[in-house]
Amino acid sequence: METTDIGLWGVPLAMLGGAIRVSTPFIFVSLGEAITERSGRINLGLEGTLVFGAMSAYAVAVMTGSPWLGLLAAALAGLCFGLFHGWICKFPKVNDIAIGIALMLFGTGLAFFFGKPFIQPSAPDLPAIPFGAWSDIPQVQAALNVNVLFLIGGALAVFLWWAFRNTHIGLIVRVVGDSADAARAMGLNPNTVRLLATGVGGALAGIGGAYLSLYYPGSWTERISSGQGLMAVALVIFARWNPLGCFAAALLFGGAGALGPALQSVGVTQGYYLFYAAPYILTLIIMIATSSPSRTLAGAPGELSITK
Amino acid sequence: MSGTQGKAIGAETIGMTMRFGAFTALGDVSIKVPAGSFHALLGENGAGKSTLVKCMMGFYHPTSGDMLVDGRQVAIASPRDASALGLGMVYQHFTLVPSLTGAENLVISREKVPGVIDWRKERAALAQFMERMPFKLPLDVKVAELAAGEKQKLEIIKQLYLGRNFLVLDEPTSVLTPGEAQEVLGLVRGMTKAGDLTVLMISHKFHEVTAFADDITALRKGRLTGTGKVSDLSHREMAAMMIGDQPIAALDSRAAPKPGAEIVLKVKALKAPDRTGLKSIDIADLGVRSGEIVGIAGISGNGQKEFLEVLAGQRPRNGGEVMVRGAAYAATRAEARALNVRLIPEEPLKNACAPRMTVAENIAFRTFDVDGNGKPVSWISAGAIKSFSARLVEQFKVKTTSLSSPIASLSGGNVQRAVLARELTGEVDLLIVSNPCFGLDFSAVAEIRARIMKARNAGAAVLLMSEDLDELLELSDRILVMSDGALVYETPIAQASVQTIGEHMAGHH
Repeated sequence: METTDIGLWGVPLAMLGGAIRVSTPFIFVSLGEAITERSGRINLGLEGTLVFGAMSAYAVAVMTGSPWLGLLAAALAGLCFGLFHGWICKFPKVNDIAIGIALMLFGTGLAFFFGKPFIQPSAPDLPAIPFGAWSDIPQVQAALNVNVLFLIGGALAVFLWWAFRNTHIGLIVRVVGDSADAARAMGLNPNTVRLLATGVGGALAGIGGAYLSLYYPGSWTERISSGQGLMAVALVIFARWNPLGCFAAALLFGGAGALGPALQSVGVTQGYYLFYAAPYILTLIIMIATSSPSRTLAGAPGELSITK
Repeated sequence: MSGTQGKAIGAETIGMTMRFGAFTALGDVSIKVPAGSFHALLGENGAGKSTLVKCMMGFYHPTSGDMLVDGRQVAIASPRDASALGLGMVYQHFTLVPSLTGAENLVISREKVPGVIDWRKERAALAQFMERMPFKLPLDVKVAELAAGEKQKLEIIKQLYLGRNFLVLDEPTSVLTPGEAQEVLGLVRGMTKAGDLTVLMISHKFHEVTAFADDITALRKGRLTGTGKVSDLSHREMAAMMIGDQPIAALDSRAAPKPGAEIVLKVKALKAPDRTGLKSIDIADLGVRSGEIVGIAGISGNGQKEFLEVLAGQRPRNGGEVMVRGAAYAATRAEARALNVRLIPEEPLKNACAPRMTVAENIAFRTFDVDGNGKPVSWISAGAIKSFSARLVEQFKVKTTSLSSPIASLSGGNVQRAVLARELTGEVDLLIVSNPCFGLDFSAVAEIRARIMKARNAGAAVLLMSEDLDELLELSDRILVMSDGALVYETPIAQASVQTIGEHMAGHH
């Protein structure tokens, strides 16, 4: 069949498809960050974890031929980065934000160093499910070709939302994040809980990185991440530390990120570069709109170093 | 599940001693709290009360001494051991997790919590447990949204839920209104009378001790200085046990107020956002005359802190005016200096000091950049700062190892003395004070109150915000009550009744 011209309808459709495609790393990084921040710590290093995850996933997928082993490698690498962050932060007078920035630079640098040989070869992609097969229109098919990781991310968001209220571990993470004194009085060690929460958060960020290099854009380059790891932190605040909110906010950011390419695809030739900046502008607007000199954030975990 | 309403247990210490290096925090203290009794532990800050209870609860390992529970000798190596024996502690600050609901707080504090919590089952069990409690509480509300009295009840309920029948209450009423305090202690008293609970309460408030306790023990400087039945002791005897025979600064007698005195501070239709940003404070009309102390009572969190912050220039206002001697006042340094406005905020180390700067520098904050005639100087003289501070340290009896130690190394009372020295030196037309004696010991409290009264008698207009009603009743000429961000009640001191003030504080009018 010839390409069907669906005119301006292409823009929302491409944005929907783009939102699903672009949002997946946001979903994983922000869910990981939500777990970490709910435990009372901020890991700004997730940008570095994301890039390193992308590199290690790609490298392992190239060498073994299996994208799933690549995904596992990315999760493990992310776990190590998270645990490293959590371990350093347990020492007194260590600032989690400063360590996060250091680890962000360290992670990207290390990924570039090890990733050089993998820029050329191509790795197998993670599978996607064609939910759009019922339609004859290729744009619809393209938009509804949904990667499994997106579905897993959605399920994970619902699970975390449930788990924060209904499981022992979920409550413990919230207790530690809200009041270290209360946690100690219960015989919990806040540092251990935060170490594990940061580790899990790192692993999820690593998975987000694997999605970047193994599905979309689908190759390893040094410019693979455009700050998704950092924006995800802003997104967690925007979502008020609620996993379902993280999912919705990730879709919103993904849609904003898809605006530029979508306009380009329907033939807007001028100024679409401006729309590539949409996610960053959205980040700025959200930060300004949610900040206030005279009140504290509602719903913020009490132990976070930015809200104390 | 725990939480069975077992019988009260008794506890006893024999020769409890705790040394930190060469310092003896607790020397040979033996107290006996029989099952079902209500025992009060009296003492000043640093007298060893908290050291004693921490030894009993397993937070400290005493240097020597034994612990008996129900007459049997027990070894308590950790708080977990104490908890297993049925001993629990309710702290002065709340240990509930604010963003969790009451039910979540109770369940998560249990020893064994299932991996996945079946809330339907837990709620049913909790409802059953609550039926046997004299306290009534909403358990599905976030703890952050409970009133202080409700939080305190929940703390006590938590201990009972965990099956602890011997409770140490550490100044349990310090954040409660008089009405709430009566209610909470009354219910606890009822449970001890029924033989369900034994209580050891740390307290400063004699009237509470007299109303609710069976026996007292007093500590001073780590030693037991007296014990006995409450019915046999007067307040004077209890005070003597607590503080010995050291001199207490006497309050100046109140100079008669001049009815036509100038109104120094005038606040009109002041509006400002509170810290949540959801509500705002709204001071319709307030005037403070020269030579009077106007006290503002209220439960913490009703906007007093925000009001003070507006007056101190720490918080922007949405509207309204603040006038000092007829001139608009925006709390700039120049205005404060020109109008002689002085400020003693609560938690002085945090709000009125630079903790890591030296004592001398902190004392000189108001004066370091001007010379003797009030003209700005271009070079700051370290020598002038030193001699100025040395004089004030001497005059206000600030105990510090040296003028160049960081002010954070001083004790709470001495930090407050240093701030008072800075704020009360020179001419004072308006003095704004908030909770000046919070957490200080007897002699420091008496001295600080005497200084405030002296400033009043010298003609300063004093605005005093305090959560301690006794303090307000002692110092104020008029008392206003702040509730929900507004001034809701005013009474001259002669007609002030604790009952009425308490009701207005709780918002019952």
